[in-house]
Amino acid sequence: MRLGKPLVASTALALITASAATAQTLTIATVNNGDMIRMQGYSSQFTEQTGINVEWVTLEENVLRQRVTTDITTNGGQFDIMTIGMYETPIWGANGWLVPLDGLSDAYDVDDILPAMRDGLSHDGTLFAAPFYGESSMVMYRTDLMSAAGLEMPNAPTWGDIRNAAEAMHDPANDVYGVCLRGKPGWGEGGAFITVTANSFGARWFDMDWNAQFDQPEWEEALSFFVDLMNSYGPPGYATNGFNENLSLFQQGRCGMWIDATVAASFVTNPAESSVAESVGFALAPDNGLGRRSNWLWAWALAIPAGTQQADAALQFIEWATSKEYIEMVAANEGWANVPPGARTSLYETPEYLEVPFAQMTLDSINAADPTNPTVEPVPYVGIQFVAIPEFAGIATEVSQEFSAVYAGQQSVQQALANAQALTNDAMEAAGYR
Amino acid sequence: MARAVTTRRKLATTALAWGIGLLIFFPIFWTILTSFKTEAQAINNPPLFWGFDFTLENYTVVQERSNYMRFLWNSVIIAGGSTVLGILVAVPAAWSMAFVPSRRTKDILLWMLSTKMLPAVGVLYPISLLFVQFGLLDTRVGLILVLMLINLPIMVWMLYTYFKEIPGEILEAARMDGAGLKEEILFVLTPMAIPGIASTVLLSIILAWNEAFWTLNLTAARAAPLTAFIASYSSPEGLFYAKLSAASTMAIAPILILGWFSQKQLVRGLTFGAVK
Repeated sequence: MRLGKPLVASTALALITASAATAQTLTIATVNNGDMIRMQGYSSQFTEQTGINVEWVTLEENVLRQRVTTDITTNGGQFDIMTIGMYETPIWGANGWLVPLDGLSDAYDVDDILPAMRDGLSHDGTLFAAPFYGESSMVMYRTDLMSAAGLEMPNAPTWGDIRNAAEAMHDPANDVYGVCLRGKPGWGEGGAFITVTANSFGARWFDMDWNAQFDQPEWEEALSFFVDLMNSYGPPGYATNGFNENLSLFQQGRCGMWIDATVAASFVTNPAESSVAESVGFALAPDNGLGRRSNWLWAWALAIPAGTQQADAALQFIEWATSKEYIEMVAANEGWANVPPGARTSLYETPEYLEVPFAQMTLDSINAADPTNPTVEPVPYVGIQFVAIPEFAGIATEVSQEFSAVYAGQQSVQQALANAQALTNDAMEAAGYR
Repeated sequence: MARAVTTRRKLATTALAWGIGLLIFFPIFWTILTSFKTEAQAINNPPLFWGFDFTLENYTVVQERSNYMRFLWNSVIIAGGSTVLGILVAVPAAWSMAFVPSRRTKDILLWMLSTKMLPAVGVLYPISLLFVQFGLLDTRVGLILVLMLINLPIMVWMLYTYFKEIPGEILEAARMDGAGLKEEILFVLTPMAIPGIASTVLLSIILAWNEAFWTLNLTAARAAPLTAFIASYSSPEGLFYAKLSAASTMAIAPILILGWFSQKQLVRGLTFGAVK
């Protein structure tokens, strides 16, 4: 009996500690990009506001995709929020793998999300992921080298302008190459770049009956142009250069031009990282006079997998991380150049942000991209640098390997296109499209 | 004359061995060196061997952003646990195959090895489904089991070749002196096979420590070991080579030190038999 009170007290204490220990924790899968790292740093503020803890699982991009796909398809339920892109969102949403984001609050102002981003992250009009940051692609060039060559970069250049500028700035004896572009195999690396280039040359992946189009003259023209441009004015070994490799080359002052993700603008203009920060200009991605520019559209977005037990808390976090208030908080602490770009209309109506040198060109590039109408000829698919069908990642990775073999001098343009044609048609037939 | 040739040859082989050794060690050396540079210096061209500002900032950032101790502890438990469990199964298995072989022993050995010929990703879905079914996702127990099973064929093979070289007569003599099966394995076989068991243990620890497919695919936040710690510093859009190098250095340091101190056993186990 004497033990009664202490026993009750200690049981109560144990219960309290137990409940404290099981306080709600969200597990978030993400990639190690600068803006995400910043978000991790600020997530303690979210915990303070809501009492919800946050655990981060940061993975390499391809591992993340594999990991997250396995988790969704086996109903593993390991993650409450996942960082995914514009390619996966509509496909996964259609499969019922994601929780629709229709419970967003009025204060969140979902209509403020840039229309291109909102469309790309929806399926049948339902939003399945909220953009954390968005990007298109554009030309980044060295203003000092251009003026030394007596040239001026138009705001909306053609591929001919790019070629002329590359020729003028190319100076391999001093380790400066006219233009740096992606050649690395992988659907999201070199595959994305050659696809948007082909779009601007009037090529397309499929006709309206899902027949591969690599046997058409537009593809040969696009690929031959790219290979010739890079062999003449590109850095050696460009067949293995992706985003990070080219970023490193550009920051060291070894590229006259670099056409890539708009998000790179904040890196190459940051004096702490870039030796050419003071002399970078921006222009729209080039076209070929056919009415389609070679710029893509992408978003890193937060989505809730259908297997989670904590959908409400997850939605709360997504609202916090992709809100106007989050952008203002980052701006107040780290300056406007460091806020996550390309997600909200209101950001581009903020006068302070428009003073950032690359802000307007980023917005113009995003607005110039139309995922529902990406090519000169009509296509049965949505997506600019990708085709939003589940089979695409596998097929395009193989196709980009064929193309990289051309860049490395291992086969001819014609041979690569013939291989790409055959393997794409085979895969599409096996998948039941043809 | 003969002596001169020998010296020259000796010099040549020594130089060659050093050359190969340095070549193999260079990537590790470069990783460690890069971890003390700033991000801008890490991508400098030409590469900087000296003359850079030595900084510990990357280590500070990595410490702030990640809970290193939790990853380390998970690695220790998973590598240690799978090794202990593996040895408990592999020693009796190798003993029976080496000393009481049947007609099918050779086939079984080959069959065991053949499981290593399938790429891991081939069984990703079955294993994931089993893990979901048994609630083993993101648990250390689950990883211990999987890594033990993955390394088991190699452990059995190593111990088997080792035990094969122990003369059966010694064990026979022990049996004639009245030793039972337990005594035979524990007091006669094991002491003779200690170097072999030690190198098997070391190899198993190293393999489990470095395993980066299952440890990435079957974990999330709780059971993730150092492989996940390294992976979290790789970036698709951004250059963080110096921080990645710092994370890699922190991840390989424990196993590098263990390998350094036990290299004698390791080399002996990998190159010699039990009785020479």
